[in-house]
Amino acid sequence: MAAEKMALAKAINESLRSALESDPKVLIMGEDVGKLGGVFRVTDGLQKDFGESRVIDTPLAESGIVGTAIGLALRGYRPVVEIQFDGFVFPAYDQIVTQLAKMHARSLGKVKLPVVVRIPYGGGIGAVEHHSESPEALFAHVAGLKIVSPSNASDAYWMMQQAIQSDDPVIFFEPKRRYWDKGEVNTEAIPGPLHRAQVVREGTDLTLAAYGPMVKLCQEVADAAAEEGRSLEVLDLRSVSPIDFDAVQTSVEKTRRLVVVHEAPVFFGSGAEIAARITERCFYHLEAPVLRVGGYHAPYPPARLEEEYLPNLDRVLDAVDRSLAY
Amino acid sequence: MTVESTAATSRRSAGSKAAATGSKAAGGTGGRTARATAKKGAEGPELVQLLTPEGKRVKNAGYDKYVAGITPDELRGLYRDMVLTRRFDAEATALQRQGELGLWASLLGQEAAQIGSGRATREDDYVFPTYREHGVAWCRGVDPTNLLGMFRGVNNGGWDPNSNNFQLYTIVIGSQTLHATGYAMGIAKDGADSAVIAYFGDGASSQGDVAESFTFSAVYNAPVVFFCQNNQWAISEPTEKQTRVPLYQRAQGFGFPGVRVDGNDVLACLAVTKWALERARSGEGPTLVEAFTYRMGAHTTSDDPTRYRHDDERAAWEAKDPILRLRRYLEAAHHADEEFFAELEAESEALGKRVREAVRAMPDPDHFAIFENVYADGHALVDEERAQFAAYQASFADAEGV
Repeated sequence: MAAEKMALAKAINESLRSALESDPKVLIMGEDVGKLGGVFRVTDGLQKDFGESRVIDTPLAESGIVGTAIGLALRGYRPVVEIQFDGFVFPAYDQIVTQLAKMHARSLGKVKLPVVVRIPYGGGIGAVEHHSESPEALFAHVAGLKIVSPSNASDAYWMMQQAIQSDDPVIFFEPKRRYWDKGEVNTEAIPGPLHRAQVVREGTDLTLAAYGPMVKLCQEVADAAAEEGRSLEVLDLRSVSPIDFDAVQTSVEKTRRLVVVHEAPVFFGSGAEIAARITERCFYHLEAPVLRVGGYHAPYPPARLEEEYLPNLDRVLDAVDRSLAY
Repeated sequence: MTVESTAATSRRSAGSKAAATGSKAAGGTGGRTARATAKKGAEGPELVQLLTPEGKRVKNAGYDKYVAGITPDELRGLYRDMVLTRRFDAEATALQRQGELGLWASLLGQEAAQIGSGRATREDDYVFPTYREHGVAWCRGVDPTNLLGMFRGVNNGGWDPNSNNFQLYTIVIGSQTLHATGYAMGIAKDGADSAVIAYFGDGASSQGDVAESFTFSAVYNAPVVFFCQNNQWAISEPTEKQTRVPLYQRAQGFGFPGVRVDGNDVLACLAVTKWALERARSGEGPTLVEAFTYRMGAHTTSDDPTRYRHDDERAAWEAKDPILRLRRYLEAAHHADEEFFAELEAESEALGKRVREAVRAMPDPDHFAIFENVYADGHALVDEERAQFAAYQASFADAEGV
């Protein structure tokens, strides 16, 4: 397999398979990841091919999953654990924040914890409560963690490879509403660095910065804006910790306007951090304040309301209009 | 690492003959959890004891064999370990009072539980402590002065866990029981016959992580020993505020054996832990050992136990002192003479002096240590903030230069 078109979920599956094949220390752990192949089938077929000792169905206890993964990493393994849904990560939050993130520093660099925590996140699939959240900012605030989110199948494949190879713990946010989107994956192409942003569409009038599920939306916004004669640049951040501020700065120095889009609530979200830093870095270049489009400061609503809660084409276009009006 | 402490391997022979032949028999304790009818908060008839508070050796059909081969020299070694650990602990308390340490968590009263269990481990075993296991650290050969860095505030854990298979102290209580379980799962995957021992306390027994570690270790049959030092107090809360059943009985519901041992009896702690570690090695899965002991001192140097407990309780436990009872036994059996005790006293004082001098000489870390080892592979934001911090610091030098 060199280049093939596949769904984003399948790309992660292929990436995990490749990692299991090339490194005997890689383990897959989580609820229903074995026989079932995960509720989204991301680990489909892996237990059948690699056995129960490497693809491990765990008890339903998220703190236990991450805590034992830490112990396995201390023993030299490289666990890739699945948290079934975004809203279920919080029982593991303590282990992630107080243990996983800090052990390298506490040991003065002696201990490394190469653990990947996979979290299907975000809304747009009409799910019940606790199945549609975007908690990335709650992890980005914690030093010691790296946080990434791919937007397409190729990135999903390669970023997972790089996350598993990282000696730091990585929280891997998978855009669940994009799981079935297909894209070209070249398993032999050499990827760029894990934490570097990519310009996915060049433009001159305004920059849209997004990651994960919102990149596709921003590309659609750019298409719509082009029909009105506006040239929008779309930047796929790919990484939320660290954020590639250099790439954002380069883009904003060209376009002089920035709108950040994410599903997570705007308040204390990653857009707030980007707005603050870009205001510092690009103060004399900016023609308008950095605007943000995201979720509201309210619990994620019932599915019948999520279209109103989530950023959509019109809400982002509205922000584009407001920015250009300055 | 340290000159005084004998490496964990050197005492491995204690009781090993019996252990080698008795791993399957496992002391005949399989039904122990089911039979027990302990009185809440009291030492019930199920308490495993080999040495009475008066220093009298009592027979125990299940566990005698795990210490059957123990020599007078090894008994003196256990005594020495406990005395030196207590001396180190007292020095650390004093150093806190003198302002050299920010805090100290004393192990006073728990020496037998820690030395007995610590000396039961093999060099290739792995220990996951809480923050009070100074005696276990001693058994593992961790230099005691290394333990003091975090209490002085110069680091958050000053030793390489893999040098002595002794993980960093864990302050969020119970968290390490899951790490221990995961590590034990890894041992099983590797096909090794090492074992893991996880320390925690009666307070931590209420944590969800401890329950989850019981579940995971039982489901995966992980080679781990859960060693709970029930020292009766979680800061100000007595064990009654943590549990309605004796803690060792919790194991039954998870599907593995639990045993209550006299935590002030170093021989019993050694024997029971050897039994539990042998079970782990031979693929019989986890064991819960509840060492019934007493925190003679305060929770930490910041605590004031007079607000929640009476002196007479402490006095009752002083009569069961772990060091005193072994001394009585050694003297009655003529295993130690005055010269031994005098030499040990001198050695204790030398240790106290060495610790005192080492702590006082411990420098504050470089300011830039804040940014060190945050990530193994680096992080752009940390690099940026380190550079900003450097520029800020340098701005003072410029001002001074003018």
